[in-house]
Amino acid sequence: MTAKKKSAKTTNKAERWQDVNVSDLAKLEINQRLSAEEKVRLFTDMVRIRRFEGRSLRAYQQGKIGGFLHLYEGQEAVAVGTVSLLGSDDHVITAYRDHGHALAVGMSMNECMAEMFGKHTGCSKGKGGSMHFFAPDKNYWGGHGIVGGQIPLGTGIAFALKYKDIKGCCLAYMGDGAVNQGAVHEAYNLAGLWNLPVVFVIENNAYSMGTSQARSSAYPECLAQRAEAYGMDWDTVNGNILYDVRAKTSEAIKRAHEESRPTVLEIFTYRYRGHSVADANAEKYRSKDEISDYKENKDPITLLRKQLIAEGVLTEEQAKEINKTATDEAEASFEFADKSPFPPAETILEDTYWSTDNKGQDEQIDELNQGRFIFEDGGILDK
Amino acid sequence: MPQITYRQAVKEALAEEIERDPNVFVMGEEVAQYNGAYKVTEGLWEKFGDKRLVDAPISEAGFVGLGIGASMLGLRPVMEFMFWSFCYVAFDQLLNNGSFCRYMSGGLMNVPIVVRGPANGGTNVGATHSHTPENLCANHPGIKVVCPSNAADAKGLMKTAIRDNDPVFVMENTLLYGQKWEVPEEEYLIPMGKANILKEGKDISLIAHGRAAITAMEAAEKLAEEYDINAEVLDLRSIRPLDVEAILETVKKTNRVVYVEENKPFASVGSQIISIIQEEAFDYLDAPIKRVSSIDSPQIYSMPLEKLQIPDADRVIKKVLEIC
Repeated sequence: MTAKKKSAKTTNKAERWQDVNVSDLAKLEINQRLSAEEKVRLFTDMVRIRRFEGRSLRAYQQGKIGGFLHLYEGQEAVAVGTVSLLGSDDHVITAYRDHGHALAVGMSMNECMAEMFGKHTGCSKGKGGSMHFFAPDKNYWGGHGIVGGQIPLGTGIAFALKYKDIKGCCLAYMGDGAVNQGAVHEAYNLAGLWNLPVVFVIENNAYSMGTSQARSSAYPECLAQRAEAYGMDWDTVNGNILYDVRAKTSEAIKRAHEESRPTVLEIFTYRYRGHSVADANAEKYRSKDEISDYKENKDPITLLRKQLIAEGVLTEEQAKEINKTATDEAEASFEFADKSPFPPAETILEDTYWSTDNKGQDEQIDELNQGRFIFEDGGILDK
Repeated sequence: MPQITYRQAVKEALAEEIERDPNVFVMGEEVAQYNGAYKVTEGLWEKFGDKRLVDAPISEAGFVGLGIGASMLGLRPVMEFMFWSFCYVAFDQLLNNGSFCRYMSGGLMNVPIVVRGPANGGTNVGATHSHTPENLCANHPGIKVVCPSNAADAKGLMKTAIRDNDPVFVMENTLLYGQKWEVPEEEYLIPMGKANILKEGKDISLIAHGRAAITAMEAAEKLAEEYDINAEVLDLRSIRPLDVEAILETVKKTNRVVYVEENKPFASVGSQIISIIQEEAFDYLDAPIKRVSSIDSPQIYSMPLEKLQIPDADRVIKKVLEIC
């Protein structure tokens, strides 16, 4: 690590997320404007993500889901809080830990679970898997597997909004492990240089796979501070408190909408599970006590439940009911995915080129796309 | 028909498409104020302004990724690589995001982007600036790759590429930028996947792509004059999609093939073409297929040796004489 240079102002900003007060945050206009129903809905969305991830994990252990499975348990307030602020011209793009964002933007548990099962009813027809969920109709542009690779794309979405003179923004999420990728810095520079309406959201869950931030990143006070090098605003956020996520993110979105300026937000959060489910060496980088401390004292769902009960908009009974409904919904998504068919063999070749998928739709495009596109069909096309 | 340079032809294609479609813009290093490192975009910035001609910093992964993201929302970016040799720092963006996003989303989205620039050796700039990545790119399903060998093709294929709804990589050639060809004055488009017979013949087929098609033509002329061999020359124009029909047709006509390319030989475009021919027209062959590619080392700097490294007509003729 580099030497830590302390200046009163930045130290304050880098660390102020630790001292937020929930009841103060509740009084902010951005949180005041939520109706009781909306608050309960946000709580419900967080619980739904938690239960969905729990069911996914068991499905993985049952051998129904293959490959990698990056779970979002512990980080729910980040996706739900940020997405709760978006309007119809705002967009979302994220990395491979993408289930929480998918449910937050309104994708169904069924299509997400089925995708992980590799089923034809999955959101990507079984072609993307856990890391590659997409829903362009909900302004959700993935679900990307390569660390940091989605950040230039999100910057490009913001560029397109500005080009078309649309008042919107793009939330481009990444983990704390992504901040050292060159593509991220290149995108930062473009966003700062061209005043693009993008909000870079670093979901800092403390570990890039099994390597802590202190062992992987050079920084004076926090990762978001790197924004200063590119002339961008930045802030730090308590990711365990939904109201803080909404408060800070709304400022960044306003900056994008009103001034067409980018922001880097570093949202401090924590993941309860391994980087992926297969995280054999977990004990080498963190302790069980650390995980227990988060679950017992800092859990975003517990904190929100307590707050909403204190506000009188939620009761313990309702919370239990919400939990049960979410558990049932997750179970039903398992059943749906399990019963769904695998994609037929010929679909291996589909969705590769727009022009071959849409053959017969547009005479001119057909005329301009001649010749052979596929060089090995495995005999599928003979059938 | 007026003669214009390859460079002018590409520029006309860009200007016409910028005028036709407000979603088309050109982005790259030095493309706007500087007028283009190879002057392909000369004058366009003055004519169309900052919005349509965008100078990008030297940041290929960043701006290519940005273009791909912008295309998801319906823009039609034409991204320039000063050299295709610089594509490697943007490979994740080009191949994972440009090529595979449509597939991984189950067809929910598409990436209507054009990436263009010169991809050639022969300019005395050493290995890092002399790449020919058409084979590497075409190895990724989802991408279309075209290699225009002359000005008329460069213009027609560029316009087609910009209107296409898939990512199209256009590989040009700095050695051709200043050369002139006849180019139609009226608007025209050239289909991808449609090869072009540059010269009819009956004794042997010289199949080629990019500037190698010109080398093949030179060889064909000498073969006719000096050896009384009447070679057919087929310019593929498009690597993927590929005009397999035209390839098989010329093989069936002449029964002998030499593939000519400036790609390095291992797993090159020629390797793929030869594989198809032996699989689908084996019975029509009267001799083994030969090929001429760049000599198999990193591109050498020293000028006289680099001239040896890239195929010339004499090397083509030598191979032809082995089987004719």
